[in-house]
Amino acid sequence: MKHTLSVTVDNHPGVLARVATLFRRRGYNIESLCVGRTEEPSISRMTIVVDGDENVLEQVTKQLHKLVEVCKIMDITSEESVDRELALFKVKAEPQVRAEIMQIVDIFRAHIVDIGRKTLIIEVTGDEGKINAMEDSLRPFGIIEMVRTGKVAMVRGPKT
Amino acid sequence: MRLKGTDIFIKYLKEEGVEVIFGYPGGSALPIYDALYDSDIRHVLVRHEQGAAHAADAYARATGKVGVCLATSGPGATNLVTGIANAYMDSVPMVAFTGQVAVPLIGKDAFQEIDITGITLPITKHNYLVKDTRDLARVIKEAFYIARTNRPGPVLVDLPRDVMTAEIEFSEEDVRMSLRGYRVLKNANAGQVLMAAKAIEEAKRPLIYAGGGVVSSGAAAELKELAEKMEIPVTTTLMGMGSFPATSHLYLGMLGMHGTRYANYAVSECDLLIAIGARFDDRVTGNLASFAPRARVIHIDIDAAEIGKNVQSHIPIVGDVKQVLREIIRRLKARPGRTEWHELIDSWKEDFPLTYSESPDDGQIMPQYVIEKIYEITEGNAIITTEVGQHQMWTAQYYKFVQPRTFITSGGLGTMGFGLPAAIGAQIGCPDKKVINIAGDGSIQMNIQEMCTAVEQKLPIVICILNNQYLGMVRQWQQLFYEGRYSYTDISLQPDFVRLAEAYGAVGMRVTKKSEVEPALRRALQETERPVMIDFRVAREANVFPMVPPGESLQNMLGGDSSQ
Repeated sequence: MKHTLSVTVDNHPGVLARVATLFRRRGYNIESLCVGRTEEPSISRMTIVVDGDENVLEQVTKQLHKLVEVCKIMDITSEESVDRELALFKVKAEPQVRAEIMQIVDIFRAHIVDIGRKTLIIEVTGDEGKINAMEDSLRPFGIIEMVRTGKVAMVRGPKT
Repeated sequence: MRLKGTDIFIKYLKEEGVEVIFGYPGGSALPIYDALYDSDIRHVLVRHEQGAAHAADAYARATGKVGVCLATSGPGATNLVTGIANAYMDSVPMVAFTGQVAVPLIGKDAFQEIDITGITLPITKHNYLVKDTRDLARVIKEAFYIARTNRPGPVLVDLPRDVMTAEIEFSEEDVRMSLRGYRVLKNANAGQVLMAAKAIEEAKRPLIYAGGGVVSSGAAAELKELAEKMEIPVTTTLMGMGSFPATSHLYLGMLGMHGTRYANYAVSECDLLIAIGARFDDRVTGNLASFAPRARVIHIDIDAAEIGKNVQSHIPIVGDVKQVLREIIRRLKARPGRTEWHELIDSWKEDFPLTYSESPDDGQIMPQYVIEKIYEITEGNAIITTEVGQHQMWTAQYYKFVQPRTFITSGGLGTMGFGLPAAIGAQIGCPDKKVINIAGDGSIQMNIQEMCTAVEQKLPIVICILNNQYLGMVRQWQQLFYEGRYSYTDISLQPDFVRLAEAYGAVGMRVTKKSEVEPALRRALQETERPVMIDFRVAREANVFPMVPPGESLQNMLGGDSSQ
């Protein structure tokens, strides 16, 4: 099962390497990992999606806690949370299919951010399911390139 | 106050109570060495950086203080790596300082530049690259604090040359640790402690399985009190030896691959296994699925990540072993009769004693005999270090350790070459103790250069080589599991250890007959200023028994039964 961990770490050089080394060394699978600084400049937040059962997750969490620069770990999988991912798709778009693609873009509340002679770049934001659905919908037209940011998440309400 | 990086370095080492550094100089470490020249911190010059790391490691194990080693950048730093990994696997508090090229050269593949913080990421508790002299004092404080608190471990601090030579305006008040994410564990969960106490009172066949955590938390007295108060038999891991007196009637010796039959049987039959500062290593558990099959498990450890890592426990307690044991003892009331359990264990002790057969060749020395004699003569009061292999296991089996911090051995990493530099570190930490390195003829050659260090430091350590002219443990496995195909384990071409010792300025002796063992040991132990190396020529193909074959369950042991 996939779990989403929201981890705050000291904003030091090398923290990402420490986390990555830990996952590699212990053989845990990172599904995705996003990192950026927070409202407090000395702290970064990592949103890590890990695949594994309860035991794996327990070990991941405990091992992460042992890293001196890890401040706080929350498993927000079962929390009420807002999850978002951003993806860019470059799709084949001959003039005769453009209307159809633009309809799909509308339905997903996505944006066209670049138009070439034969291609479009589409930007979409949403949870993982929505991005997957968008990918499925665009595939028949021919996806030339896709890039996804991985998930960032935040717990709803006052909890941090 | 204007201070140079090196001034701050010396000042803060002294603040941390550092009395001795094991090290080896080099280009990037020159400014540090220049500062050490005027300092009253003792510097022990080793002959290879690996020796410095092992000596610092053993100094820490013998004294309980943080060990310190120092090397230059590049190869100096990489030569420390095995020693750092060794300290990491055995949770030893150590701070390793390495010189580094100047900050502007980092990342440019400069001469003797290596990314040592990158290399040591998975084998340090934490590490630092200091890029600004203003961070130096704080980093040193943090390094020692992290190394010795919670589960101890090695911390590496990489010191670029220009950071050490720069002069800054320095004020002590500005030096504050900044460890937001690092909390020292306080009290254990009271509810869990209560559950443990209840389980201990109710158990019919309880067994204590004590590990290195008992030694490092200084909980030997508490362990003894718990075991004696409740009459619970105790088995220890290799790292836990000395945490419980081997002379006690409650002691079962070591468990696991080369444990005693009665310890392993007790694990298999107990209804409550009390794991204290131990981590269910594969050499201890054998086949996990059949480990302690009838037992509920109490697992006490300061490292939460050890709970549930290998074995699911019924009553996990995260906390400092010493405090937790005190809390448990305080809550324990009646001791129910457990005569049946003790009778059962006594019958195993009688039926399957730890024993070895004499050599058919009359007068030939059995390696186990040498260890028995070392124990007899020292009355268990020496500090014993070992290398890794058969001699190490025989030491664990036949030397009766009665005090913590007297058995210094490479447990987790299994580092051949550990014992000689370890003896140096232990002797420097404990000048009034007798220090003996029990070695194999293979291992001793891995850090033999440290003989020079021992001679220079006038250390009367005694090195007992159990010389069977084989890489004995590997040979044993080849005999048992590879049809006797002794692939590259015959090392009968070897130096003359007596002349080698003499070449270093030490005393060399050779002992070939059983009757000579005791007089030679007595003579060696009288030396006060020189190391003694004794080449004991022992039975070549003696094996370590009992033995649980790899992957087997603890009940399925080879050897050590009545048929032997």
